[in-house]
Amino acid sequence: MASLRKCWLLSRPFSSASAALHSRGGNISSLSRGISKYSTASAIEEPVSPPVQVNYTQLLINGQFVKAASEKTFPTLDPRTGDVIAHVAEGDAEDVNRAVASARKAFDEGPWPKMAAYERQRILLRFADLIEKHNDELAALETWDNGKPFEQAAKIEVPMLARLMRYYAGWADKIHGLTVPADGPYHVQTLHEPIGVTGQIIPWNFPLLMYGWKIGPALACGNTIVLKTAEQTPLSALLASNLLHEAGLPPGVLNVISGFGPTAGAALASHMDVDKLAFTGSTSTGKIVLQLAARSNLKPVTLELGGKSPFIICEDADVDKAVELAHFALFFNQGQCCCAGSRTFVHERVYDEFVEKSKARALKRAVGDPFKVGTEQGPQIDTEQFEKILGYIRSGVENGATLEAGGGRLGNKGFYIKPTVFSNVKDDMLIAREEIFGPVQSILKYKDLDDVIHRANSTPYGLAAGVFTQNLDTANTLTRALRAGTVWVNCFDTFDAAIPFGGYKMSGHGREKGIYSLSNYLQVKAVVTPLKNPAWL
Amino acid sequence: MASQNSDDSSASIFVKNPTIKFTKLFINGEFVDSISGKTFETIDPRTGEVIAKIAEGDKEDVDLAVKAARQAFDHGTWPRLPGSERGRIMMKFADLIEENAEELAALETIDGGKLFSMNKAMDIPQAASSLRYYAGAADKIHGEVLKMSRELHGYTLQEPIGVVGHIIPWNFPSIMFSVKVSPALAAGCTMVVKPAEQTPLTALFYAHLAKLAGIPNGVLNVVSGLGSTAGSAISSHMDIDVVSFTGSTEVGRKILQAAAASNLKVVSLELGGKSPLIIFDDADVDMAADLALFGILYNKGEICVASSRVYVQEGIYEELVKKLVEKAKAWVVGDPFDPKVQQGPQVDKKQFEKILSYIEQGKGEGATLLTGGKPLGEKGYFIEPTIFAEVKEEMLIAKDEIFGPVMALAKFKTIEEAIKRANNTRYGLAAGIVTKDLNVANTVSRSIRAGTIWINCYFAFDNDIPFGGYKMSGFGKDFGLEALHKYLQVKSVVTPLYNTPWL
Repeated sequence: MASLRKCWLLSRPFSSASAALHSRGGNISSLSRGISKYSTASAIEEPVSPPVQVNYTQLLINGQFVKAASEKTFPTLDPRTGDVIAHVAEGDAEDVNRAVASARKAFDEGPWPKMAAYERQRILLRFADLIEKHNDELAALETWDNGKPFEQAAKIEVPMLARLMRYYAGWADKIHGLTVPADGPYHVQTLHEPIGVTGQIIPWNFPLLMYGWKIGPALACGNTIVLKTAEQTPLSALLASNLLHEAGLPPGVLNVISGFGPTAGAALASHMDVDKLAFTGSTSTGKIVLQLAARSNLKPVTLELGGKSPFIICEDADVDKAVELAHFALFFNQGQCCCAGSRTFVHERVYDEFVEKSKARALKRAVGDPFKVGTEQGPQIDTEQFEKILGYIRSGVENGATLEAGGGRLGNKGFYIKPTVFSNVKDDMLIAREEIFGPVQSILKYKDLDDVIHRANSTPYGLAAGVFTQNLDTANTLTRALRAGTVWVNCFDTFDAAIPFGGYKMSGHGREKGIYSLSNYLQVKAVVTPLKNPAWL
Repeated sequence: MASQNSDDSSASIFVKNPTIKFTKLFINGEFVDSISGKTFETIDPRTGEVIAKIAEGDKEDVDLAVKAARQAFDHGTWPRLPGSERGRIMMKFADLIEENAEELAALETIDGGKLFSMNKAMDIPQAASSLRYYAGAADKIHGEVLKMSRELHGYTLQEPIGVVGHIIPWNFPSIMFSVKVSPALAAGCTMVVKPAEQTPLTALFYAHLAKLAGIPNGVLNVVSGLGSTAGSAISSHMDIDVVSFTGSTEVGRKILQAAAASNLKVVSLELGGKSPLIIFDDADVDMAADLALFGILYNKGEICVASSRVYVQEGIYEELVKKLVEKAKAWVVGDPFDPKVQQGPQVDKKQFEKILSYIEQGKGEGATLLTGGKPLGEKGYFIEPTIFAEVKEEMLIAKDEIFGPVMALAKFKTIEEAIKRANNTRYGLAAGIVTKDLNVANTVSRSIRAGTIWINCYFAFDNDIPFGGYKMSGFGKDFGLEALHKYLQVKSVVTPLYNTPWL
């Protein structure tokens, strides 16, 4: 379970994202100044000291922070330097067993699933308030552990976590079964029951948001949880979970296990007493998770996996706007988004201008210490990802794509990579087929709609797609033709608590967020009884 | 479900005479005098004395309020905010209500004669919880994408309907205010609320809290006044898009006529009832007696879903009657601030006299008066819990809504007879069934023409349960997500598709 990862959540369409940032805190205008100044080549200076302390490093089981049964720990690293931030308790099968037993008890004996939904709602609302109160602390921990720009964490991601909790709080008392028509004199109804103990495995690219996507619907529906964080980013979930307990969550309802995929993750996926599993990460790990579920107790599995999402710029596009959006679609979060627009298809009529401007935009991208105001791009998550991305860049060059910008490491410490742009990319090149999960944009040329539809769909993935056009008919045609779980028309990475997200094909199963996410965490029970002399049927 | 004497330890800190802070109309975010300068008196039903003089809104004031609401809808931020933002403001509003619960509960008691302990434990928290329920719904209003039979893309938009007029009654001033206002706010509507002239105090207080919470000016306007003037102006206003009314069937009819005669505005009506409670032989008699008594005496019988007709199967009739009378005699009537008291005064002199005249009518028609039947005390509008037995279908006390602590009791033999008699009414608001038999419960549930059926419980309201009437008890639902749809318009949008890979 080496590379768990996930996409970005943004509450506003891209075009108004900076306005949203302004309204949050005001000083993000410095970010735009950062964009306009030459910065890619600036040396990585002495790292800023993170304005936060690490207070929670143990496993959270039954409402208590405890050591691992083995007493083992693992280091979590600062991607700016590769230095150790903290040593974190390393959960393994025995810890997962303890956590599942605690979740089982909390589910079977209550109070959580037996509590009035209104009360569950109130706890989630209090949690949201506490998230807001600890906004900067959570954001700083996220940046330190992950390397993402602090402004992004503090002004968008942590507020979005609070937003998600409020959204799901509102669902708790609106989960409706149906009364159902029958062919004969029967009274039929469906009960939407919580599914039980849920196992959740989350990635490192948006640790807190993925935590929110997972626990929100599970808790609103009355389930209990064992959640495994990514070994790269265990810290923020521990702090957030402590706040959730402060908000009144009963012990055992949410257990958090830090640890590795092959040990803790595998134990959770194959546990006989876990009723449901939700995983976000790579397609290769997703396959293993699904196999473990099949081999153990046939638990249903939700999978949010990889992508190679096309971003299609049509011939009528305003090139400047298209360049900016395509740049954002790929480079956002250091390119570490499963829905990154990693295949930029550009109509031949605007192709040359587009490539020229994309190159210029990438060269202007502000890369540096994520704690510094104005930084657009921090380091990649770890050495493994860093090396993998550099390998893909080499393959792009070797396969004959034109390297327009970037192409290597930035600085000599930490995991920084220069924003990289390839043009003349062909469909059969590795960089056009595989998920790179880094700041590497691949630009491809196309002739007409049928051509681009066919090529965009020629991938084992189907997570997302972007369409850039003002033509209504073109937009409608592409929207229906693209085999992907999300299509953004004239925007990208526009996320919202209510918008469902998930993949076609090998990008996964099921949908997260929105009303659709609730069904992942509910069992449907049909209740049937005969009617004597019914007044109507 | 049966009401108990409240053992409220805060009894000693009653605010028996809360200062009256808000007595003016609330229009466009400001408290203002009525244009005419007129006021009306609101009375303490414990004593009949004047509590305060309240600005008396009339047509001109309603016009101003509608203008503010129209402006706030057509050009303001409220319908243009994301649902989640409206939800945040509504959550804040709910918090402010809880912070002021003691004072609101006291106002509700002096103005309506309602039990202080119940107001604090139930009515005021319910006002907050309705707001929270619909706050949580504000970002969950889904239209649908439609299945078309040819190359078309079709979808529905659920749009806020516009300016709403709410006309609310005096029996649950806080709950009715919140149950009407909350879904309309969540939907993105703006509104004019007319509270009942008997109980204007809490509605004006809520207006103040709404402003503190951040609800923009003009979104929520409160015009206190009389039905025949202010209420009539709302229902016949050309610029109000929907009227939501709770009150008597008689007034409901006038409102519907006014809507028809003016701009055909959408109307929802929650009107009177004469709800049956049917107790079968297999019932736990003690529990059934508690339920029956609570069903008619709760809130002094001033509740549209009161179980005012109690049908008891013959096998347990005698035993049940005995228990009912015992329990009714032990029922404590008195000052609603006293935590031992279970029943306060009726809301006003008019209701008081109306109820007493129905009691006289019952006696005259030949029903057997088992207990009660008289006013209590020298002052105020207190009435004894009253039970009539051997009530026949054609008697007025079996047909009309009395809206007081007067039970009409009758005996039945078979389930078919019970169903027939229960349905023999022009109303259809609610019904109760007491039985352990699953088949009986299911059969009766489907057979009774009423909007709510309570099986082995009564008054089991909840935010998520839609509530409203069949027949002349009205149409349209309050509570639940159904209520949200009263305040939404459905717009269908269609455009052609070219080269679609699926339909």
